[in-house]
Amino acid sequence: MSLRNPPLADAHEDADASFTDFGGWEMPVEFDSIRTEHAAVRDAAGKFDVSHMGEVVVSGPDATRLMQRLATNDVTELDPGEAHYSAITREDGVMLDDTVIYYLPADADGEYLFIPNAGHDEQMATRWREYAADHGFDATVDNRTTEYGLIALQGPDAPSLLAPETDLDLDELGRFEIASGSVAGVDTLVAATGYTGEAGYELLVPWDETEAVWSALDCQPCGLGARDTLRLEMGFLLSGQDFDPEEEPRNPYEAGIDFVVDLDTEFVGRDALEGADVEGTAEELVGLSLIDRGVPRAGYEVRTEEGEAIGHVTSGTMSPTLGEAIALGYIDSDYTEHGTTVRVVVRGEPKKARIRATPFFDR
Amino acid sequence: MSFDVPDDCRYLDSHEWARQADGTVTVGISDFAQDELGDVVFVELPDEGAELTAGEDFGVVESIKAVSDIYAPVSGTVTAVNDALRDEPELVNEDPYGDGWLLAVEPADESELDALLSPEEYGDQIA
Repeated sequence: MSLRNPPLADAHEDADASFTDFGGWEMPVEFDSIRTEHAAVRDAAGKFDVSHMGEVVVSGPDATRLMQRLATNDVTELDPGEAHYSAITREDGVMLDDTVIYYLPADADGEYLFIPNAGHDEQMATRWREYAADHGFDATVDNRTTEYGLIALQGPDAPSLLAPETDLDLDELGRFEIASGSVAGVDTLVAATGYTGEAGYELLVPWDETEAVWSALDCQPCGLGARDTLRLEMGFLLSGQDFDPEEEPRNPYEAGIDFVVDLDTEFVGRDALEGADVEGTAEELVGLSLIDRGVPRAGYEVRTEEGEAIGHVTSGTMSPTLGEAIALGYIDSDYTEHGTTVRVVVRGEPKKARIRATPFFDR
Repeated sequence: MSFDVPDDCRYLDSHEWARQADGTVTVGISDFAQDELGDVVFVELPDEGAELTAGEDFGVVESIKAVSDIYAPVSGTVTAVNDALRDEPELVNEDPYGDGWLLAVEPADESELDALLSPEEYGDQIA
């Protein structure tokens, strides 16, 4: 299967980016250096091409019911122009994906928009369509992944960079809100969301006009490398890595995102999660900081000080902001108390590490 | 993009360089290698007195995004280790053939250097 290319592939090539295969897409991983790009987002602003993320639009009389059945959070709490984070679970409560669900503003084309992770768009659209058909729901499900480019503009300077390019009053756009407007003369859905822990926006742009918006944003271009270090400092999950229905099957309670589960709604996986809510889970996702020198990586074993295996790392890096080696991993729930000293096995060497709260980086 | 390949070094196809002077061989990773790895954050090296075997790994360079073994260009005894990398691993990125050197070896058999790639051969490999 050949890789899919984002609408800005040529611009990235011209900018001398290096590329990686991510979720079936050939995406820029690094423009200058991860450290430079990461610092730009923490200190000023950076722009990311995240067009590999999916866009699925759900409309029709039963759109709300359908969304409610297939995602864990309560979509009825959203008004038009509002968004929230949610999980998509199967019958046994295991997460298939995580997503942001937008209730689109009244002037937009469609009712709900959700953003599956890279490569999951068609699978999720099919899941939605089949569920609607099986239950006689009157809803249309439109996979618009290749109709929208998606640009994330992130960092403390994001509002002042975007303001002169848009007709929207950005002061009126709160966190997790979305509005239709113009950016660099292009009809755009502007959402005050992101994956870095910084102020910023995600801009949904007609695929063929992505370049006009990208080039109007005068800041550091950033690749998936910096996107990963930024999200990891915040303790945000990466679908396919920190949870994955095949490789790392986890429910939202194990993954520490039970705040997106509303057990008062009827969704696929609800009954299984009620058990997790009452009884707890055998393992939980924790933050880890290395005390000894080394860099934790996905798959490394976590042990007690006595050498007993209690879990493993799912994501790890050297935090560019903190200058500390940090990781997320699942460990036995008996050892998750913050401050507990454990070992992370780095190439056969047990390195001292500490269980800690996330986010690692707190503004 | 073109990478620096100094004439006074010889190279391994795994991107280490070796520079011989006054009976000592200094070892590092190439400009191409540091660029591929990106921001180096940690270098794990053997202690002085350790014995290296040509072609075998003797340490690790970790960048933010990757971890890479480093291989010995020659056999011999480690006579010096670049301690500056402990606090400033980024020297490997900034000056891979200078301040970013990794260690120095007293070679067991200097003729092993002849088996390494010449600057021209290595330059062709990364072109």
